[in-house]
Amino acid sequence: MSVSIVRKVAMALSGFFLLSFLLLHVSINLLSVCCPAAFDSASHFMGTFWLIQFVMQPVLAFGVVFHLVLGFILELKNRSSRPVKYAFSNAAASSTWMSRNMIITGVMVLLFLGLHFYDFWFPELNVKYMQGDMSGLVEGTDRFRYWEELHHKFQDPIRVGLYVLAFVFLGLHLMHGFQSAFQSVGFNHRRYTPIIKKLSNIYAIVVPLGFVIVAVYHFLAQ
Amino acid sequence: MADHGMKLTLKIWRQKGPKDAGKLVDYPVTDVSPDMSFLEMLDVLNEQLVMKGEEPVAFDHDCREGICGMCSLYINGRAHGPQTGITTCQLHMRSFNDGDTIYIEPWRAEAFPVIKDLVVDRSAFDRIIQAGGYISVNTGAAQDANCLPVNKKDADAAFSAAMCIGCGACVATCKNASAMLFVSAKVSQLALLPQGRIEAEERVLNMVQQMDVEGFGNCTNTGACEVECPKGISLQNIARLNREYLSAALMSEK
Repeated sequence: MSVSIVRKVAMALSGFFLLSFLLLHVSINLLSVCCPAAFDSASHFMGTFWLIQFVMQPVLAFGVVFHLVLGFILELKNRSSRPVKYAFSNAAASSTWMSRNMIITGVMVLLFLGLHFYDFWFPELNVKYMQGDMSGLVEGTDRFRYWEELHHKFQDPIRVGLYVLAFVFLGLHLMHGFQSAFQSVGFNHRRYTPIIKKLSNIYAIVVPLGFVIVAVYHFLAQ
Repeated sequence: MADHGMKLTLKIWRQKGPKDAGKLVDYPVTDVSPDMSFLEMLDVLNEQLVMKGEEPVAFDHDCREGICGMCSLYINGRAHGPQTGITTCQLHMRSFNDGDTIYIEPWRAEAFPVIKDLVVDRSAFDRIIQAGGYISVNTGAAQDANCLPVNKKDADAAFSAAMCIGCGACVATCKNASAMLFVSAKVSQLALLPQGRIEAEERVLNMVQQMDVEGFGNCTNTGACEVECPKGISLQNIARLNREYLSAALMSEK
């Protein structure tokens, strides 16, 4: 990891992994809008199947921590590479805001993750592993609790607002991250790279928009 | 011409030596023709400074026809000034307006320390070339062209990479002060041709190692280097450098 190109490739590979995770996450979330029963079954499966809980979840946690720690290391290294700044810099003339501010959008996503874990992940771990209730049911009933819990969380307009704002930053992060990861692993092709850049923009809009739709839907459907 | 010359205010970085803190100093300059190159405008300023008994501004320049890569200068927040695809000597004063204020700063990078005023030490690039940017095998005298078939596409790409004049605009403009575009051009121009393949593995490992030792930043694919490069070196070269490095690092038996 001491070589600059190795760090760059590691950043891209962990990025690819997180991109695939987001796609899975948004797909299941969208089920809560159209098909609550399917959302409950999918949530129960994801939350109780051992391969996902004890293999994929730790891999994901490692991927997130790896990506963010490496992001900070890169930022520190790159700041030290220009100790004296320009008095006047017109950076917008040659690069996009997204590409220059991955640390800002990344930190915003990280802050959001704190809120998101507080809202969903920690309560989930508490119910399943502290209280030992693996049934996934609302206490004293035979109904699944997942859809209802999600629906309750989004009654609060401040929470919905924070989520929507975070997804805007996520979209900006993805807009550069998606296409940049291909370049980092050495893929740049006259014919395919313009397509990848378009796909990058589509992914960066559609996936966060999916999350926004879920949050806003549950808020409005109270 | 004196009646019709442009009047400008220049904010120029003045620094007596490598250890001096340095600061921006304002200089009014008169009698500037729109047809002058930017460097000729600085010559006019220096003449005016010498006439007043002041220290002229030190800046790098040599061929003044866009092929040597000596002239640098970060002008109004951009490497080589407001136009693209040119060096500072090819920038003309018609790109500015009468009464403009122009910021003129040296390349800023840990690996490019300021020697004096606007002059920076770019010998880090020389040391990267010394680490592997050459062919040490004897390629012999010119042979019949068909002895060594080279795909036209590869020959063109190698030639495009070889256009790099090592001016350092890529480093200067990169928010990370990364030298990836320079190194990728120097690796590509040789890696694409049969004579260069022989030492390709060692070359890329050594040049990247030297690049890191010099203290350049890490590439984050902003693409600013490609936009500001006076010779239009493509980002495709950086992707090739990544590929070359990865395959060399994985396959090398060293």
